Amino acid sequence: MSTPAGTPPLDRKALIDLGFIEARAKVLDIAAFLDRLDRAGGDATPDFRVEAIRAALRIALETSPARAERILKSWSDPTTEPAARADGKAARGVHPTPKT
Amino acid sequence: MYIDPHIHMVSRTTDDYARMAVAGCVAVTEPAFWAGFDRSSPAGFQDYFRQLTETEPRRAAAYGIRHHSWICINPKEAEDHGFAREVMSMIPAFLERPNVLGVGEIGLNRNSRTELAVFEEHLEIAAKHNALVLIHTPHLEDKLKGTRLILDAIRAHGKLDPARILVDHVEEHTVRLVLERGFWAGMTLYPDTKCTAARAVDIIEMHGTNRIWINSAGDWGHSDPLAVPKAVLSMRARGHTAADIHKISFDNPRAFLSQSKNFSAEPLRPTVA
Repeated sequence: MSTPAGTPPLDRKALIDLGFIEARAKVLDIAAFLDRLDRAGGDATPDFRVEAIRAALRIALETSPARAERILKSWSDPTTEPAARADGKAARGVHPTPKT
Repeated sequence: MYIDPHIHMVSRTTDDYARMAVAGCVAVTEPAFWAGFDRSSPAGFQDYFRQLTETEPRRAAAYGIRHHSWICINPKEAEDHGFAREVMSMIPAFLERPNVLGVGEIGLNRNSRTELAVFEEHLEIAAKHNALVLIHTPHLEDKLKGTRLILDAIRAHGKLDPARILVDHVEEHTVRLVLERGFWAGMTLYPDTKCTAARAVDIIEMHGTNRIWINSAGDWGHSDPLAVPKAVLSMRARGHTAADIHKISFDNPRAFLSQSKNFSAEPLRPTVA
């Protein structure tokens, strides 16, 4: 690596110039997704997946580092023993009882 | 010039081979995986393994791309232990084929006891045949737990050198676990799940360029067979040196894969103009 581990080659201003529009679009997409759910009919019981996104947004707003890593960990299965059987083939994206 | 060290070309069109060749791909490696449905008999795997070792190398060579394979029963079809053992009994014969690099992509999917037992039996096959190992780590909320179970199982097995094992699909919460134990780490570039190119470049910046590679894992699902050259473009935009980019996209996969005598990234003359 030509720069110390952890230090991007580009400075903050250059990284903002490069990534701002994409990040702006993603923030709007999340807000619009939550708006869409508010407008929709049907069961209004909180969904664990949506609650996990809300919890992740709180982590994203923190000032301490490793936000992406901490969000991924908060969505992860906290158990340590193998499951008795495979519960279907597909994961759901977040564990039903995420750590926050 | 680049290597895509994990892509499922049986699911891709010939036009994808052409596009990859134009983008600079000189070699691919293709792990055995789940076809999107469960095969009805072990004989289905016999045909699939022939496709991986006979058909795909010919299809790739037409575009000057060297094709290599990994053989296993994927964890998504490992829940029936008896079925899995029948498939595993075929592996040693296919390890002798000239384009096969080792056992893969083995690992866990939903972190079940049977998946873990089948994974451990694959490790034993790899140890017995001195084969390289390519490991699939689970998706989404199962990844962290599954990665820990996999790494602990390898340690308990104790017969394999971590330098000959690549643990794939790492993300921010698993990459450190893998690298600290001496394994190679793979980052898969997917549009929605696993890593985006931007996050993969972040991980490279945070963890360095040693023992790490990028791959597309392009398959029949939402994926991009040109994900590696697009990540190279991201690295250039982010100010990385040509040497670091070449290391991630070519030197590192070549270094790991060349531990098998069957791997080559030497130029191959295309037969299609």
